[in-house]
Amino acid sequence: MTTLLEARGVTKIYGAGLFHRGQTVALEGFSLRIETEPPTITAIVGESGSGKTTLARLLLGMTIPTSGAILYHGKDLRKLSRREWREFRRDVQAIFQDPYEVYNPFYRVDHVLLTPLKKFGLVKSDREARERIVEALEAVGLRPDETLGRYPHQLSGGQRQRVMVARALLVRPRLIIADEPVSMVDASLRATILESLRTLTRDFGVSLIYITHDLITAYQISDNIIVLYRGSVAEAGHAEPVVQEPQHPYTRLLIGSIPMPDPDRAWSEEQDPSEIGRLADPRSGCKFASRCPYAMEMCLERHPSLYQTERYRVTACYLYREAPVLAGEYLDEAFARPGVAGPAVAASGAVDEPTSSP
Amino acid sequence: MSDTSVRLGKTEVGAVGGRGDGTEVVLDVRDLRVSYVTPRGPIRAVNGVSFALRRGEAFGLVGESGSGKSTIALSLMQLIKPPGRIEGGQALLDGTDILALSEEEMQRVRLAEIALITQGAMNSLNPVMRIREQIIDAWKDHGEPVNGREAEERIHHLLRWVGLQPEVARMYPHELSGGMKQRAVIAIAISLRPKVIIADEPTSALDVVVQRQIMQTLRRIQRDLGAAVILIGHDMGLMAQFVDRLGVMYAGKLVEVSPIREMFRDPIHPYSQLLIASLPSLAKKGQFLGIPGLPPSLLDPPLGCPFHPRCPYAMERCRVEVPALELKRPNRLVACHLYEREEGQA
Repeated sequence: MTTLLEARGVTKIYGAGLFHRGQTVALEGFSLRIETEPPTITAIVGESGSGKTTLARLLLGMTIPTSGAILYHGKDLRKLSRREWREFRRDVQAIFQDPYEVYNPFYRVDHVLLTPLKKFGLVKSDREARERIVEALEAVGLRPDETLGRYPHQLSGGQRQRVMVARALLVRPRLIIADEPVSMVDASLRATILESLRTLTRDFGVSLIYITHDLITAYQISDNIIVLYRGSVAEAGHAEPVVQEPQHPYTRLLIGSIPMPDPDRAWSEEQDPSEIGRLADPRSGCKFASRCPYAMEMCLERHPSLYQTERYRVTACYLYREAPVLAGEYLDEAFARPGVAGPAVAASGAVDEPTSSP
Repeated sequence: MSDTSVRLGKTEVGAVGGRGDGTEVVLDVRDLRVSYVTPRGPIRAVNGVSFALRRGEAFGLVGESGSGKSTIALSLMQLIKPPGRIEGGQALLDGTDILALSEEEMQRVRLAEIALITQGAMNSLNPVMRIREQIIDAWKDHGEPVNGREAEERIHHLLRWVGLQPEVARMYPHELSGGMKQRAVIAIAISLRPKVIIADEPTSALDVVVQRQIMQTLRRIQRDLGAAVILIGHDMGLMAQFVDRLGVMYAGKLVEVSPIREMFRDPIHPYSQLLIASLPSLAKKGQFLGIPGLPPSLLDPPLGCPFHPRCPYAMERCRVEVPALELKRPNRLVACHLYEREEGQA
């Protein structure tokens, strides 16, 4: 097995005490294995309240699951020895939304790059450290002479974020978890940063979990996409079919709401929920039922299982209930390996497919 | 002029400058210059910007951070605060230069004639005042009825107009979702039926589904009112979906103004071309193309065309001579030496 990191039936509930009314289910029954051989790019897409940032924090060991576990090389994060924890901290690196918060404004940029090299004992001399830093900066498209020796405020937002990518690269991790890494930078730089993240996978064998609200960049960069809605997986699988022919009514709504940079491809009008959907109680049944134009009686009773509608796709929706339920609990059972071709994998086992296109 | 203010829908193409072509101009911005004084010298945030906004149209201003687009919004509202300063130019709103008005005069123009919806405006709602009071508060300086049946009816009508239940009048901001708060902000902005609405990144803090709902609401209201909207932002997708014409800003200047379809189909300025080529889409999966280089420092801008250091087509002339924004093709204003001026127009 080459599973580096694994979420096994993870649920995270915020709020005081068991059965307390004020509690929030941030993530529910989430299982995923992250393979690093070959390296993969997985996008986790959701709006605010979807649980995507909670998932990032859980995978990084920054918060512990209410039930279930996060496992590193098969071992529960809570049971790692000090040495194993250090290895974990090196193997799994994080990049966050606002890189400015990561910097100490009183230290030059060099400091933020040198610290991990020293902390993990990765270099024997200052000279070697300098060489590694120069190499990493160049890998993300920064000129070392224009970057080193500067203070964080002297760099642009895009440059600061690229320094963070360089930093993540310096310690040669196996996996980078990037939470909205480009949502604060301008469009022209966004492309450059995403390209440098993709380079890490291609040239350095680093896997990537890309967490975002932006389905377009998720589609562009990833092999597989997981769409979260209020803490549960709505749809997941190979990026191509999930985005080009979305099945779950929520994925359709999300894609139809993206302002496409094409004046001839107009925004779709949102469909109203069905008569039955209007009666839905968000605390039981399908979490999307109250907004769903296709909601049926059964949607009000129980949240749907993940139906494997295609070899490389699962959808948590009763419209697809005649497809088999995903065997095993792990989402990646329905993941395409990097480089799998698109439309050829579509072998629909779905029924009751709504006829209207998104 | 109020009879023409109910004109609905999109403006037909027609000449871009909006002068002498029969399309009525509601706001004519001429050679606007705004600087921020810093210890290291003045930053020319807006450096000679001119555009003509037609009655009832949706006009976009797109640009990266620091391109000057938000400074234009604040200038038109006379809300530039020191160390910022309007150094020159005019903004003729139905013939009156609103940049020359006194603060007292401007107070009457704001909201009644020209309104601003800003980025994160929903956080500008007063947390300890009910929505009803905040709407009335906005009316105070304008001699509107603020009590009695008439005021209540107007508030209810206004809230329904922006897609909110009338009960929202009695609620506090914290009881509303982000999208509802932004609707309340729009309600205040349109309450006195302005001719011009400036929306500066009105949905950048919202999720895409809510963003689409808010923008569709804004468009419906714009058409009902016959108001012109200036939409300011960096999201080209939002521009493609919302505006009739788009102005592309770079380093404090407009580099291209074109009808939206032409802008996407056939951008003329090299910066517009690179900007549009860099947009990721769902149509194709491919390489991310950035624009090489960085925007220039506004403290020490390059001589000549501000884009020349990053421009793949830069010539000797571009390094010394600033290109003027001129009609280069029918309906297309471009500031670039690569193109000849369109004959016999402008």
